Amino acid sequence: MSSWLDYTINGLIVGNVYALVAVGLALIFGVSRLINFAQGSIYLVGAYIGWVAVVQLHTPLPLTIIVVAVAAALVGLIIERFGLRPLQNSVRIAPLLATIGISFVLDQLVMLTFSPNPRALPSQLPDVRFQVGGGTIGPLDLLIAGVGLTSALLLFVFLRYSKLGWAVRATAQDRDAAMQMGVDVNRVNQAVFGIAAALGGVSGMLVGMYYNQIDTAMSLQATLKGVVAEVVGGAGNVPGAVIGSLLLGLVESYGVAVFGTSYRNLFAFLLLVVVLVLRPNGLFASARQAPPEPLTGTFIAPSRPVRIPRWALLAAAAIFAVLPFFPVSFYVLQTLINAWLLGMLALSLTLVAGTIGQVSLGHAALLAIGAYTSALLSLTLSVPVGLSIIGGGLMCAALGTALISPSFRLRGHYVSIATLAIGEIVSLVILNWESVTRGPIGISGIPPLSLFGYDLISPTSIYWFSFTVMVVLALLQGRLLTSHLGRSFRAIRDDDIAARAYGLSLNRYKSLAFIFGGFAAGVSGGIAAHLYSYINHETFNTQQSILALTVVILGGLGNVVGAMLGAVALVGLPEVFRIAAEYRILIYGIVLLLLVRFRPQGLLGTL
Amino acid sequence: MAQLNSMLSLRGLTRRFGGLTAVDAIDLDLAKGELVSIIGPNGAGKTTLFNLVTGLDRPDVGTVHFEGQDITGLSPERLAAEGIARTFQLGRVFGNLSVMDNVLIGAHTRLRAVKPAVPVIGPLLELGLALLRPASVRDEEERLREEVKAILARFGERLLPRIDQPAYSLSYANRRRVEIARALALKPRLLLLDEPTAGMNPTETAEMQALVAELKAEGLTILLIEHKLEMVMLLSDRVIVMDEGKKIAEGPGDAVRSDPKVIEAYLGHGLSGTSEQESAA
Ligand SMILES: Nc1ncnc2c1ncn2[C@@H]1O[C@H](COP(=O)(O)OP(=O)(O)OP(=O)(O)O)[C@@H](O)[C@H]1O
Ligand SMILES: [Mg+2]
Repeated sequence: MSSWLDYTINGLIVGNVYALVAVGLALIFGVSRLINFAQGSIYLVGAYIGWVAVVQLHTPLPLTIIVVAVAAALVGLIIERFGLRPLQNSVRIAPLLATIGISFVLDQLVMLTFSPNPRALPSQLPDVRFQVGGGTIGPLDLLIAGVGLTSALLLFVFLRYSKLGWAVRATAQDRDAAMQMGVDVNRVNQAVFGIAAALGGVSGMLVGMYYNQIDTAMSLQATLKGVVAEVVGGAGNVPGAVIGSLLLGLVESYGVAVFGTSYRNLFAFLLLVVVLVLRPNGLFASARQAPPEPLTGTFIAPSRPVRIPRWALLAAAAIFAVLPFFPVSFYVLQTLINAWLLGMLALSLTLVAGTIGQVSLGHAALLAIGAYTSALLSLTLSVPVGLSIIGGGLMCAALGTALISPSFRLRGHYVSIATLAIGEIVSLVILNWESVTRGPIGISGIPPLSLFGYDLISPTSIYWFSFTVMVVLALLQGRLLTSHLGRSFRAIRDDDIAARAYGLSLNRYKSLAFIFGGFAAGVSGGIAAHLYSYINHETFNTQQSILALTVVILGGLGNVVGAMLGAVALVGLPEVFRIAAEYRILIYGIVLLLLVRFRPQGLLGTL
Repeated sequence: MAQLNSMLSLRGLTRRFGGLTAVDAIDLDLAKGELVSIIGPNGAGKTTLFNLVTGLDRPDVGTVHFEGQDITGLSPERLAAEGIARTFQLGRVFGNLSVMDNVLIGAHTRLRAVKPAVPVIGPLLELGLALLRPASVRDEEERLREEVKAILARFGERLLPRIDQPAYSLSYANRRRVEIARALALKPRLLLLDEPTAGMNPTETAEMQALVAELKAEGLTILLIEHKLEMVMLLSDRVIVMDEGKKIAEGPGDAVRSDPKVIEAYLGHGLSGTSEQESAA
């Protein structure tokens, strides 16, 4: 029985940590209807500032906490001022993409400064445990509980009794009315981002001390956990976020107790998906709340796509097709092969995120499904490689669509959260389903690409193969866009309420978009598996999802030619400029931010 | 319950938002070919009533019958397929779609060749047909495009020259026209217009009024929300006045206009005039 008490205490303590993140998310959502995907990055920054303070400056604990809170708050203010305020009047997709970009830039900066290797973060507290009932509790547990309660109290007093706190509450309730009453919304945003960042930073430091370890992977996990807790509690609902966090902490802790540590995250994400599907407004919201007409603004910036003449496209295709006849280095071919694989993924994502408006952050999971299917088909069932890749595409179309279908009734930010979580679930299932996926060991010895019995080993043949597949997929997608489905998808993206009122079933058309896009992504993953000959659950990760998203934004949402152009540009240019690999992700993040700010329609325009 | 030969009949329709009853026990009957107007001050619940009829919102209490069939709580997709089309008060065109595509979406429920009514694999067939485009699909698309042009021609030279322009680039009045064209492309049996002339100048209003009169003359059954009383008086067979969710008067335009309860409602709330409509747009 005593261990159950331990698990409960552990759950509540971890829940307390989540609460510090989730409350910040709730405050920000409350005043700006924005889910801040950079919250986890601030948490990461907090952990590393804590490390600098403790290990290098040897600050005493109270000072460490203050240093971390102040420094993190500063980061939050900078994000608000330079990342989000310029986007105040842009379309709704802009701040969503901006926080994703900011999160990537911050994570990479931390990684470049401190290296990705984990570090120890000592807690500076005596290592004793007190007996409480049947369980034990340590000084760090008490500290975390204390920080949690103190923050809650301070926040309550601030919101309740200060003028700025009143302004925050007024803005959260009705932004327009608050502005009319003279509330300075910029100051409110500043306050909210500062507070959220301070709480998030301290939370990161406390978690680092709790596990005596920090590393750069913490960021995404924290964002996800915070968002889960916040959504469970009801987006924008501050006390709800606290309760959601404690609930999440307990669910995880008990889940670990019953099933083992590797299932911890699976429970969190399943909880999220269940809540999003059954109670998208959170556990405590009234059951049925239709958004009042009108819904604010459009999601995607209107733009006129750049028309590229047919002869120019044909000429470009011809040049790339005959390229291997010229004396180009293997290195160039290799780079372009990568571009074609990314191009297929981008075609898929531009359809899903651009044409029908479901900004998926878990697209790499589709690659993984295609790759594992094709690898396993060819290895265990000896299916010829060409067919196995098609099998990967079909499996991805079916399974990917089925997995993502719970998010079909969601909108905007929620779709991104759900797809992010579903992507994580896929990678966790791959990790844990050892009898099929071989778990953490991964799959090795995947046969090379082959077609009609001939192995494609030379870079030239691989180049032609992947280029041809991408062009065929692009042509099909182009044809799809000119059909009634193209206009139906775009209508759903532009206004799903009006679309429904004219008979367009969201489930049907979102499914079709994901089936078509899932096929392209699955084929890309399948080809990649045979090229790499080894894959594991980390081969296809969130970085690739974000890279694909950047390609899509760069090319222009929904733009087929843009997706291929963007892929060549983002894979090729870093090679041309010989940018070291570790800086590339940083560059992608910065490119994403600059695009959102200065050219949201991308190079070739939204279609 | 539904009355004989009544196209639409609402019984006790009620929708509450928290403490507020936006639509309060509304009864309404609409005969085939009739044009009934709903008027009332801002916030009276008119748009909410439309949402309940078109399935975008569900009533807490009450029923909606359409051509004798109980359609309460059906999805908007289903109701569109039944022949109910509407326009939206603040305009909901598909901004990035061309005028042609916007109106073609209106005809979506009439697609047959490309959307075979086959259970389970129907959507996959639709995907295949959209990619392959056999002659039947191409013919259908061509026919619908011709129909769209004919519908757009009803608006004179307002929309036809802009047929390939994206809707976001149109003037406000033209976007409203696109919405009505889109509704007509559904070949509706019941048309619900939510303030079709909001934000229009007198010339544009007169044009719109003429168009609605034409539609009525063609036998279309219409439910109209409108603040411009002249237009209401001219077009309506019957007028229903709502205030705070309740129906406070019903009858021929002149009778309703001089009803003390109606005057009281309008005075009490301040006459909700065109100026407020403009600012909403
Ligand atoms: N989804 C919603 N949630 C909460 N309240 C709502 C919602 N939709 C409408 N309301 C409220 O219901 C009442 C009726 O609104 P409705 O839009 O139906 O009025 P209306 O008669 O169309 O007014 P107007 O002439 O201004 O268009 C208003 O008080 C409005 O604030
Ligand atoms: Mg209204």
